[in-house]
Amino acid sequence: MTIPMEALMHKKANFERDTERYHDFREELLNLADSGEIMLQRITGETAEVPTKYGRMKRIQKGHLWHHKSCGQCGHIPGYSTSIFWVMRKLGYDSLDPKDQTSCTAWNYYASATSNAAAQAAVAVRNFAAAHETGYYPMIHCGTSYGHYKEVRHELMAHPELRREVREVMKKLGKQLVLPEEIVHYSEWFHAMRHEIAAKQTRDFSNIAVTVHPACHYYKLVEGDAIYDPDVYGGQRTAVVTALAESLGAEVRNYSTWFDCCGFGFRHILVQRDFTRSFATLRKIERMKEEADPDVVLTHDTGCVTTLDKSQFATQAHGRNVGIAVMSEAQFAALAMGAHPYKVCQLHWHSADYRPLLEKMGIDHEQAWAEFQADLARLERGEKRYLDWDDVDA
Amino acid sequence: MTQSSAIYKVPDVAGHTDVSYEEKARLFAEVKSDVRFSDYLYGCYECGICVAACPSARFYDFSPRRIAQAAAREDVELIYQQMQEDIWECSQCFSCLRCPRGNNPGGIITIMREVSINNGLNSAKEALGGYSRIIYKIMSTGTQVSPDMLQPDAFPDWGPETGDVSNNLDLWRRALPSDTLHTTSTGWDVSERTLVELYLIWFHTGALSMIKDVDSGLHAILQEIMEERLEDEGIEL
Ligand code: SF4
Ligand code: SF4
Repeated sequence: MTIPMEALMHKKANFERDTERYHDFREELLNLADSGEIMLQRITGETAEVPTKYGRMKRIQKGHLWHHKSCGQCGHIPGYSTSIFWVMRKLGYDSLDPKDQTSCTAWNYYASATSNAAAQAAVAVRNFAAAHETGYYPMIHCGTSYGHYKEVRHELMAHPELRREVREVMKKLGKQLVLPEEIVHYSEWFHAMRHEIAAKQTRDFSNIAVTVHPACHYYKLVEGDAIYDPDVYGGQRTAVVTALAESLGAEVRNYSTWFDCCGFGFRHILVQRDFTRSFATLRKIERMKEEADPDVVLTHDTGCVTTLDKSQFATQAHGRNVGIAVMSEAQFAALAMGAHPYKVCQLHWHSADYRPLLEKMGIDHEQAWAEFQADLARLERGEKRYLDWDDVDA
Repeated sequence: MTQSSAIYKVPDVAGHTDVSYEEKARLFAEVKSDVRFSDYLYGCYECGICVAACPSARFYDFSPRRIAQAAAREDVELIYQQMQEDIWECSQCFSCLRCPRGNNPGGIITIMREVSINNGLNSAKEALGGYSRIIYKIMSTGTQVSPDMLQPDAFPDWGPETGDVSNNLDLWRRALPSDTLHTTSTGWDVSERTLVELYLIWFHTGALSMIKDVDSGLHAILQEIMEERLEDEGIEL
């Protein structure tokens, strides 16, 4: 049975925020910094302010950002990462793509539990310390890293013995226990910058219909720190992704199972994919198709893009009602700003057919593919070892 | 010794009678002693909201409510049964944080999994079977997912694009405009110094020794790689 969305939305129309409900962690963080227990990395330069779930305003640093990359994005959906870099460059904000960064290791942790609270906190703090040393402010690409780091911050604030242990480990590395003033996900940056992005839009998206899958680890872990806007879903769901898509003129369509996870499962996507495939297609893609029939599903986390995109092929073979393009809102925004679908957005790494979507966007994908092939041929002829940012905009 | 009240599972229902009550109680004490445990459990209304939100409950005989209840009642027999039979079904999505009581059943499961690994439980060994390559990757290279994992025989259900990626891997990676992404065996280029620091974290927090009981072969390989690298850097443990 389909859930009566209209009736539910109407019932919740009078929702008001209870600002007292969520404990503001910042005072505690400042106290710990004042007493020398932690080193706090401050936000500097130009910022934007966006509201969080219970009304606290979160400051988002616009430029001079340290890209805390995602292994799942860089490894399997590289156009996700390159689109983030590209949009930032186009808007004129500087950033650093460091080699002094490890994965947050949380994918493995949530899959196999072969780690512990101290190790997970130490990995997070090591990356924060590495960012701090450069003076660039960390921006977290992965939803799981972001959620996990918020948990780590909470645990470090709550447990002095954990702080002591992590400080000891950091000392052996010649580092301090560093935490940033705000933990910021890239989708929060895109949300905060959505009007600047829309101002540079070159492709018309007014005929594009999208559905949004909000990522569990973005808004369910340490929920009070996620972005909610009273003007988007009446503040009932996170505003990131949706508000950006609307700013770009796309039509965001509703569907009943928006709260459901994608089915990634951390271990399931690798070793129990029957579960992942079934959940992703039966509870998400088929629901969207039946209730909203979108041109594309937009989401803002590594695992969700992978799961929703890769799960459709096998299900299609069973004649199920699937077949929707899947991408991150970063790739969607890049396409809106005129990015090349292959050189920048790297859509050839995706599985679900995105070509009908490109056609609706007015992009000649055959010509675009030929352009990409011409670049590859230059690499094969040895004219260049690698493509660079000038090449992708050529 | 056993728990006698009617609210506890009796051992022949909970199964695993080959393991003593004392051993099961010791394992639960280890779960309870984790610093996070008190943040994750505040009692349980038995309302089932967590079950309604839980993806794994839809496809498996699995319930976050049962996890929270067993922990709240301190039902040692049932908790042991869950550690052997249930916890690896969880998707770790944390949808169950919707709990009106403020519980975190998914978080309790994370801790139960850690204790299963630490103590070499059969369920942990089974769960890690087929997974050791991933642990090797993340612990030794600092990134979990690498482009060269995309092999058609490993992901036949992901469609022909996986084959395209693997056939063109080196070329397609060189076509990426970011300097750090030209790698094929790691997600990005991680500097040597960074890896050394990561290895020190695995050693000093005990994370590396956690896998000794569940996968001694993997543990030995990782230990050797890390010790060698640290020795090259002149670092003594
Ligand atoms: S974290 Fe586990 S128990 Fe909680 S909702 Fe997700 S799958 Fe269910
Ligand atoms: S939602 Fe919370 S209170 Fe309700 S059954 Fe689940 S754990 Fe218990």
